Amino acid sequence: MENLIALFNFGFFRNAFLAALVASITCGIIGTYIVSRRIVFISGGITHASFGGIGMGYYFGFDPILGAIVFGIMSALGIEFFTKRADLREDSAIAMLWSLGMALGVIFIFLTPGYAPNLMSYLFGNILTVSEGDLIYLFILAVFVISFFLIFYRMIIFVSFDEEFALTNNAPVRLFNALLISLVALTIVLNIRVVGIILVMSLLTIPQAIANLFTKRFDVMIFYSILFGFLGSITGLTISYIYDIPSGAAIIFTLVVIYGLMKTGFIIFGKANLKYRENIKG
Amino acid sequence: MDSLVEIRNLSAGYGQNIILRDVNLSIQQFDFVGVIGPNGGGKTTLLKALLGLLSPISGEINFSESMTEGNSHRIGYLPQINNIDRKFPVTVFDVVRSGLMSRKRLTGRYNSEENDRANELMLEMGISGIRNKAIGELSGGQIQRALLCRALVNSPKLLILDEPNTYVDNRFERELYEKLKVLNEKLSILLVSHDLGTISTYVKSYACVNGSLHYHSGNKVTPELLKSYECPIQIISHGEIPHTVLYNHKS
Repeated sequence: MENLIALFNFGFFRNAFLAALVASITCGIIGTYIVSRRIVFISGGITHASFGGIGMGYYFGFDPILGAIVFGIMSALGIEFFTKRADLREDSAIAMLWSLGMALGVIFIFLTPGYAPNLMSYLFGNILTVSEGDLIYLFILAVFVISFFLIFYRMIIFVSFDEEFALTNNAPVRLFNALLISLVALTIVLNIRVVGIILVMSLLTIPQAIANLFTKRFDVMIFYSILFGFLGSITGLTISYIYDIPSGAAIIFTLVVIYGLMKTGFIIFGKANLKYRENIKG
Repeated sequence: MDSLVEIRNLSAGYGQNIILRDVNLSIQQFDFVGVIGPNGGGKTTLLKALLGLLSPISGEINFSESMTEGNSHRIGYLPQINNIDRKFPVTVFDVVRSGLMSRKRLTGRYNSEENDRANELMLEMGISGIRNKAIGELSGGQIQRALLCRALVNSPKLLILDEPNTYVDNRFERELYEKLKVLNEKLSILLVSHDLGTISTYVKSYACVNGSLHYHSGNKVTPELLKSYECPIQIISHGEIPHTVLYNHKS
């Protein structure tokens, strides 16, 4: 225990701790939106498309995360546009942008002379190398996401639950869809630094799956997702430090284990509960 | 009689695919219109045009002054229950109150008067006991009731129901129609249904939609009538109500 507390003397560990906290909050909110609206596949597409921006960043020498932000938001809005207006199958549009982004990323990184530093950290992330600059981005995003959901909570639920009904009520459905999918893209891209492209989707879905065991309400689900996301991140982070294994993988693994334990608990408890009821009846 | 909605020479469809041609219909105050017709005949297209989800290719839909409130129309809409994502984490109370969003600003909060109105309706529909449950925990009939409350909470002048008799049990279906009968004393109803047999005892008029639209006042349906309107329908209805069997005929 003392060893664990001593970890906080290290700057990198403090940063990692803060990153886990802030990431859990944004991913808790945005992930609940993604899961409720069943846009997990769209979000996966955005995630991978943003790799194109990372490749461009390497090639042209700007911050790869900036490139990823631009690619992420453009592909998010692109999917919205193509499926609604251009009469293209949604899953096909997603698959196309998904692989196009990856292909561009690979091409640009190949063309970049010499070695591409930190490439692995974009693919798999490393919460232990999160810089103060990354933290500031994450923090600004968190403030923005929290305020947006606090101010427009009712409208977000209204537009998300039954889009057609919202349209018949003259609600700004398109505007909110575009704003929300852009927030999804931003959340994904900024969390790439934490767990990497390949693992970021699990940070947006597993805490929600755990939360969904406890509640079927949007606001409560956000709360539980943040709680379990943070618990999983901190545990995973500690495990990764102690056993010297990649942090992103450790975090996701921890989250899945938590889900497995909770689900098993619910099944056993649920059955016991049923038997108890039957006994009372009998 | 005052007419709430006038549809004049309306043609509507999707892209090049025109589904409704030259449709005329006026919905009178306190009318109870049963919209019938084969699948693909344009029932849904007509609804979408009325609800403003689909802009007409030609023709127009005019709403009376009493139907207009700000920039929206006083229409209550009950969608088909299978259009609803039943796993969406939202409570009954929030679903019902969301029917008031058209009069809200972007940051809408509900005042106590609006909460009272929602509570009152839920009590009337027998779902106030489950107001804090998520819709995923409800039966089909209960969801239907919650959606009906959402459609009614903003005091509409016209209630539009899209196939409310699918996926609910017979008992609830009967209850629903009895409820609609009472509601009809205060508002007009447009009911899309494939179950001609059951609705015939409740509706006051028929709109038979099959590419074109034929309006028929009165609730008696005879095969001859449908034949004369070139409306190929086959309906078999079971239950206590005497059933009608109509055969296919050429369109």
